[in-house]
Amino acid sequence: MTKSEVTLKCHKIIGGCGEGEALVSHEPICFYLTNPKTGVVRERTHELYGKNLAGKVLVFPSGKASSVVQIDGLYKLATNGLAPQALIVKDVETVLVVSAFLVKVPLVDRLERDPFEVIHTGDFVRVDAEKGKVTVSKH
Amino acid sequence: MHLTKEEEKILKGELGEGTQKALELLVAIGDAYDAEKMISISRAHAASSGQEGDLYFVELLAKGGARCEVPTSTNPVYDLDFFDRRFPVPKFEGGVAHKVMEAYEKVGAILSWSCTPYMAENIPLYGETVAFSESSATPYVNSVIGAKTNREAAQSALAAGIIGKTPLYGLHIRENRKGTCLINVKASLKDEFDYTLLGYAVGKLVGYGIPVLTGLSRQPTTEELINFCAMSNVPGAISMFYIPGFTVEASTVKEAFQSDKPKDKFTITDSDLKNVYKELQTTSGKIDFVMLGCPHYTLKQVEEAAELLKGKKLHKGVSFWICTSATTKLLAQRAGLVGTIEKAGGNVVVDTCIDEPCWVTYYGGVGMTDSPKCAYYRRFKEAIVSRLEDCVEAAVEGKWK
Repeated sequence: MTKSEVTLKCHKIIGGCGEGEALVSHEPICFYLTNPKTGVVRERTHELYGKNLAGKVLVFPSGKASSVVQIDGLYKLATNGLAPQALIVKDVETVLVVSAFLVKVPLVDRLERDPFEVIHTGDFVRVDAEKGKVTVSKH
Repeated sequence: MHLTKEEEKILKGELGEGTQKALELLVAIGDAYDAEKMISISRAHAASSGQEGDLYFVELLAKGGARCEVPTSTNPVYDLDFFDRRFPVPKFEGGVAHKVMEAYEKVGAILSWSCTPYMAENIPLYGETVAFSESSATPYVNSVIGAKTNREAAQSALAAGIIGKTPLYGLHIRENRKGTCLINVKASLKDEFDYTLLGYAVGKLVGYGIPVLTGLSRQPTTEELINFCAMSNVPGAISMFYIPGFTVEASTVKEAFQSDKPKDKFTITDSDLKNVYKELQTTSGKIDFVMLGCPHYTLKQVEEAAELLKGKKLHKGVSFWICTSATTKLLAQRAGLVGTIEKAGGNVVVDTCIDEPCWVTYYGGVGMTDSPKCAYYRRFKEAIVSRLEDCVEAAVEGKWK
């Protein structure tokens, strides 16, 4: 197996480092619609339905739903130790910034290449928000 | 983002950990939007909710010695003592709500516990720069009053209230306040419930954006505008809208679009509103309770409810609740309205809303309300949504149609 690695510049919003297996969602995510005790997405119509967010580097276009439920959703996951390791988004908004800030999960956007082209579910991704770097390893 | 010397000091923690955390959050939001600097705000509204994430942040600020720099009001939570005597309130949630309310008191917030603070407790002026969370308050402040606020989270609004500043981005910038789509309203709008349906229809149609509405034949009332704001944020995210000629910031369609062309054009007719009405009903027949005041009822609405209930007796099996602010209840008591409602068997409750776990006792029941927002939270099993008169009629009969 050949291993390839690519490092991309990104824009830090919430600092810190996180690494793990990538989980890519092409649809917006509402953290409230995950099971807070397992981290599994319970939104039936969502492409990640049944997938587990815990410990993953989550790549998604944006957040959705009301501020109260979004923040509470990620907060509950984090209290149970089930938050994603890092968040890579395309369109960030206030509520998502607040959510990531409260649970201290690194949040970055503006990758120098389209994250949906470079990162695929199962890749190993390391996010160093402080240095503004995302490293993607494929096996 | 450019920070002043004073802001740098706060960020280093020289003025305490509470203000440091508040500013850290504001800077993160500013970074996300490439804001060039912070701007001063004159007031804020924190959509406190009595949930754990809410508690964590407000306690962090309170323990860190932070106090509100500008008037900062609060959203409904609930009075645990009041509910504990009536219903089984889950212990853990009750404790969280109680602590949230204490922490907001510690940071020196206005303890309004109301989702319509712009009516009495914390009123922005035209042109003011503010930070108002609560999805129904944001569009009211931007569009009806003509002050400027972004769509805030509870925590970002609280942080702004603590520091007295917010990053310069979004709806604080004139170009971002222009209309995105044009909606020709061909429906006949008679009363506030029609505006409820219109709000819901607009939110569903637009999703995220700034609609510009034409075709309205008269100036909408305060209550009609409150309903429009609240319901357009149930299926959508409408932080601002224009009704040229009636709302303050643009007197013509051209002005609302800042001379640009609308990206989309829609028409809303009577049959669209009828469809929304149908979509909102999940059942009919016997009801267990009526829940009004989402958003909090105004004095005029409490008066209308009292008028309808005068001399009537509510059905034995039906509980009847009106949620409002402490200010409104006081005025309603003075006018004898609360007495009339209680005599019929109803209740007027302050400081809370349907989206709180204090109502757990009704979760399995059939609820009737005049608010799709109240029904959407679905803290109860089945929902019937109709005008106030219908809700009162059903509460007396014990059933609807």
